[in-house]
Amino acid sequence: MQQADTLERIYFALCAVLAIAGALGTVASPNPIRGAMSLLFTIIAVAGLYLQLHAPFLAAIQLIVYAGAVVVLFLFVIMLIGPAAVAPRDGRALVPRILAGLATSAVVVTTILVLSKKTFPRPPVLQHGFGSVEAIGEALFTDYLVPFEAISFLLMVAIVGAVAVARGKSTASPAPSDDDAVSGGEA
Amino acid sequence: MIPIPAFLVLAGILFGIGAVGFLVRRNVLVALMSIELMLNAVNLTFVAFNRAYPRAHVGHTTAFFVIAIAAAEAAVGLAIVLAFFRLRKTVRSDAADILKN
Repeated sequence: MQQADTLERIYFALCAVLAIAGALGTVASPNPIRGAMSLLFTIIAVAGLYLQLHAPFLAAIQLIVYAGAVVVLFLFVIMLIGPAAVAPRDGRALVPRILAGLATSAVVVTTILVLSKKTFPRPPVLQHGFGSVEAIGEALFTDYLVPFEAISFLLMVAIVGAVAVARGKSTASPAPSDDDAVSGGEA
Repeated sequence: MIPIPAFLVLAGILFGIGAVGFLVRRNVLVALMSIELMLNAVNLTFVAFNRAYPRAHVGHTTAFFVIAIAAAEAAVGLAIVLAFFRLRKTVRSDAADILKN
């Protein structure tokens, strides 16, 4: 029992360090490609934490949707944009930005301090099948059927909207001027 | 087992890093990635709370919906970034100033 506890702690610490390092890399690296790869590390670490919280279905979804689709989409867009994706450093509005960062981190640190003081009742022993595909599927198709269908509709609208926005004006138009691009953005 | 507040504190740290990155960085792509970080942190709290109160799968289903919406948000957001880049030839968010003055 003691040994299993130690292993669990080591696993949690590993995932936590990987997640925080990935998050810092995402935010701090000047090159968005590096940022996307760091985001991938965070996503994989969070999937590992889902496994530890008895959510294997969500861990799989996290890996498929985030690591498999969202990060790849980011990489595609970064490569489409090319070298301009690395925006040059600028010192404009540096003081408000730093103040905003400090204020946000103050709020978050306070929240974390409050949270870490809070004690929860010891989590009850789980029933068999908690977090499994069957259990979540049953919940999704009974209690959450309407939001589930709404999500499917929203995803379709998002796909159509993304294509419409990213395509811009039709390709038949002559050399795109600024006006073309503006109206394409609104389409 | 790992106490639930440990997960909550980790999620708070991740959310804080994402929020500060969103506010401080000027690159639109990095801002979008920071949003994904924050959404991940919130999902982690949902799943951790569902582990603390496992009577129903409320946290799991909510996290599922959040993941789906995050995917849609990333698709639309990156499309907007592409349109913006075509317009301005840069990904700096302060270049989006057509409505200024």
